[in-house]
Amino acid sequence: MSAEPRLVEVRKNVLKQNDLLARELRARFQQANVFVASFVSSPGSGKTAFLEKTLTHLRPNYRVAALVGDLATANDAARLARSEVPVKQIVTGTICHLEATMVENALGDWDLNELDCLFIENVGNLVCPSSYDLGEALRVVLMSTTEGEDKPLKYPTIFNTADVAVITKMDLAEAVEFDSQAAHASIQAVRPGMKVFEVSSKTGAGMDEWLEFLRLKKETTEYTSAPVAGRKLD
Amino acid sequence: MHELSIAISMVDMAAEEAAQRGDVKVNAIYLKLGAMSGVVKDALLFSYDVVCEGTPMEGSRLVIEEVPIIVFCPKCEIETAPVSINNLCCPTCETPTPQVVRGREMEVTALEIE
Repeated sequence: MSAEPRLVEVRKNVLKQNDLLARELRARFQQANVFVASFVSSPGSGKTAFLEKTLTHLRPNYRVAALVGDLATANDAARLARSEVPVKQIVTGTICHLEATMVENALGDWDLNELDCLFIENVGNLVCPSSYDLGEALRVVLMSTTEGEDKPLKYPTIFNTADVAVITKMDLAEAVEFDSQAAHASIQAVRPGMKVFEVSSKTGAGMDEWLEFLRLKKETTEYTSAPVAGRKLD
Repeated sequence: MHELSIAISMVDMAAEEAAQRGDVKVNAIYLKLGAMSGVVKDALLFSYDVVCEGTPMEGSRLVIEEVPIIVFCPKCEIETAPVSINNLCCPTCETPTPQVVRGREMEVTALEIE
């Protein structure tokens, strides 16, 4: 005799496993005093070039490293290795986004106590990465001047889940008749109050302001994290 | 297209619940899905059927309750639907607000079992 169909309450977050792991990662990063930022954008918006510049500028004063996600190649890791910092490629195969477990696996035997800043470059995609917490302290969304000023309106979720926005390829702004005011208005419409940087990885324009922001952010993140066992005392 | 991995997580979760309750049969999964969850309803429904195929959950239903975006307006001090997903401001006073209080949900709320 089969039982009558009945409803049972469950109330479970579908991404609970990812979120729990992300929380564990965040605790590990805090404990080791590592500032972690992730980069998301559409393919070709200049994430890797911008990251290469950022790593190169930070390297003299900070111990930096990067994890970089890609569907099929290790080209980005090879490019980033030119900045002479530890880089690991996460080849996701057919998966269009990074998940917390991929970050955990990629960290492997790295000693987090030997790092000050870790950057995670997500797979080029403005949709799927928005759902996955990677344990980062700062999520940076990038858009380039060549993509159209209304990009944030087309992909509101990823812009809304990010903490700051970076407009790249400012050296091309004039050639493509980029309307800076319209782009800023689009960003503010989907994420009111979001801080926005305008940079050119090619000329270095805007990099000082960005790097100063990162330095401050790193200090603030250290300041707000609770003192825990094993944390550096210097 | 990450709806397939979302569907897999959901079916695994339901199978685990079913096992815990003594290998009951799952007829339906009830899901709350926020407009700002980053997941497309139709793609998820399609993926769900693909994932269930050939498993004990084949033929089960995925019942999606869509949750609209609700923001908090700091000026009116009320929770309200914003003008739109890409214009997060209060429809009454037009104050922009980044405070999303609902709309990011991706939560299995119930299972229909027998």
